[in-house]
Amino acid sequence: MTDLKLVLNDEKINAKKVQKIEKVFKILSNIVLYAFIIVMAIIVIIPFYWMIATSLKTMEEIRASQQYFFPKVAQWKNYAEALGPNSSFKFWVYLRNTLIVGIFSTLGTLITTIFAAFAFARLNFKGKDTLFTIFLATMMIPGEMLVITNYITVARLGWVGSDITGAYLAMIVPFWVSVFYIYLLRQNFKQIPNELYYAAKVDGKSDWQYLWKVMVPIAMPILISIFILKLMGSWNSYVWPNLVANNENWRLISNGLRGAFQDTSSGMIQYNLQMAGTVVVTVPLLLLFIFFRKYIMRGVSRAGLKG
Amino acid sequence: MESKNNWKAWLYLAPTIILMLIFTIYPLINTIIISFLKHYDYTQNTFAGTSFTFDNYLLIFGKTGQYYIDGTFSYTTTFMRYALINTLIIVFVTVPASIFLALLIAVGLNSIKWFRRIFQTIFFMPYVTNAIAIGMVFAVMFQKDFGLINMIFGTNKNWIDFGASRWSAMFVLCVYIIWHALPYKILIFLSGLQGIDKQYYQAAKIDSTPKVKVFTRITIPLLSPQIAYVFITSFIGAFKEYSSVVALLNNPGPNGKLDNSLLTIVYYIYNMMDKPASMSLAAAAAVVLLLIVLFFTFIQLYVSNKKVHY
Repeated sequence: MTDLKLVLNDEKINAKKVQKIEKVFKILSNIVLYAFIIVMAIIVIIPFYWMIATSLKTMEEIRASQQYFFPKVAQWKNYAEALGPNSSFKFWVYLRNTLIVGIFSTLGTLITTIFAAFAFARLNFKGKDTLFTIFLATMMIPGEMLVITNYITVARLGWVGSDITGAYLAMIVPFWVSVFYIYLLRQNFKQIPNELYYAAKVDGKSDWQYLWKVMVPIAMPILISIFILKLMGSWNSYVWPNLVANNENWRLISNGLRGAFQDTSSGMIQYNLQMAGTVVVTVPLLLLFIFFRKYIMRGVSRAGLKG
Repeated sequence: MESKNNWKAWLYLAPTIILMLIFTIYPLINTIIISFLKHYDYTQNTFAGTSFTFDNYLLIFGKTGQYYIDGTFSYTTTFMRYALINTLIIVFVTVPASIFLALLIAVGLNSIKWFRRIFQTIFFMPYVTNAIAIGMVFAVMFQKDFGLINMIFGTNKNWIDFGASRWSAMFVLCVYIIWHALPYKILIFLSGLQGIDKQYYQAAKIDSTPKVKVFTRITIPLLSPQIAYVFITSFIGAFKEYSSVVALLNNPGPNGKLDNSLLTIVYYIYNMMDKPASMSLAAAAAVVLLLIVLFFTFIQLYVSNKKVHY
């Protein structure tokens, strides 16, 4: 009897000890976990911070042998100078070009995407599956492969180096089709129940009316996603505009930014102005992300599942 | 109704098909053709010799020596020496490193309680930024005399400025690419983790399985579809690396326009497109890139058909 009691007591102490050790271990692992997450978060944030800090410093502060994490006095005038009329970064010109190219290429893409997705999701025709497979297969082709001949094509069309309209066309027209967005919208269209289609047919609605009155409004969230992602694409596109818009005044924002604030003869860079420019280019994207997070994530996370 | 839909469907598809024929299908075929024509000149639509030749491929792989355009040396031998090697380094360093880090961060984010949403937003920030702009910020941070990195570590290393070595610039390039590649991978892993049934973890808890074992025996296998997907797409993406080099250096190397030490395959293609006379070489390099991308895409299709799981 007494023996048994002792054993029980022993186990009780053990269980308590184990619990205590487990608790300490849990706290410790939580600390390690948070430390890791925080360190990584700092690494992610530092470039953003340094960009803003540098944009608010004077050139003397930037070049000083002793660096500080904060500007002594925030030099807001750097922004006025970087965006001003005497700056080599013609922000307002680039902004106008980027918006024109972005909006028109997005509108074109939306039209082709809506039509093609409708045909694939709703209509029946010979060779539908084959055609769709071909469409999907073209996504494998790296863009660089197409750029060579597309450059020749737009050059032959007289869109390169002629005038600003030509440059706009060269930056807009080749990007009017996006197979990925067709795929995305087709999936969305397919989820709309057939009953709606038959009901519309009974009411004597044509396919055209059904598309615009029923399908497009239902798919509006995904269309907004496409619109935002495509606009962001123009904002960030560098390679193709760099090839076809070979004039100061035709450039898009990314091209303008890369070449600006550098004294061509001495190679000296005005870092504070340059960083003010990068802030101006980065902030709209972050704002777009904050306000349209839902829409952006929808497009992005779908992209992850397409494989 | 079916037959009526037939021509209607083609009408709806017409704009897409016409644009795709002009800007996707024709370029695909034409670029392959150009890659087999020597000295193809698009302004005149002429080429040297009389028929198809493998010379462009031999040239980019450095078999027949140097290639001169208008009497000046060009990048021929730089494809093997720089473009291909650099691209392979970028692929095999940045992809595993960023996937490993992203996996750790995603698992960490998935198991914390406080501030999760804030951290999630922070980790996603690099995704919605302009690659050129943030690359320029990295260039400032790694600047030799007053950059943040030298200041923090108390060093005076020339990372990427004029006179920097190829490998230090390569290091900065890889750091930047990893930094920029993290958010997308974290996002995919996180959504994968949230899809894993909690029962597995509860069962492991009852058996008091150690955390490392839970990670290697439950998390990794159940996350394998996402890991495989991210691996392949990042491989393909890393083979096309270009704008990060431009963003950091504005040139193919740290020592100005003629330094090709950080050339990548895509950078090589764009450099060769600069002059009409070297268009053929650009086409040949593009075909090589296409083959690489196709290779990885077929692996991906094969893997996703086999359903990686356990």
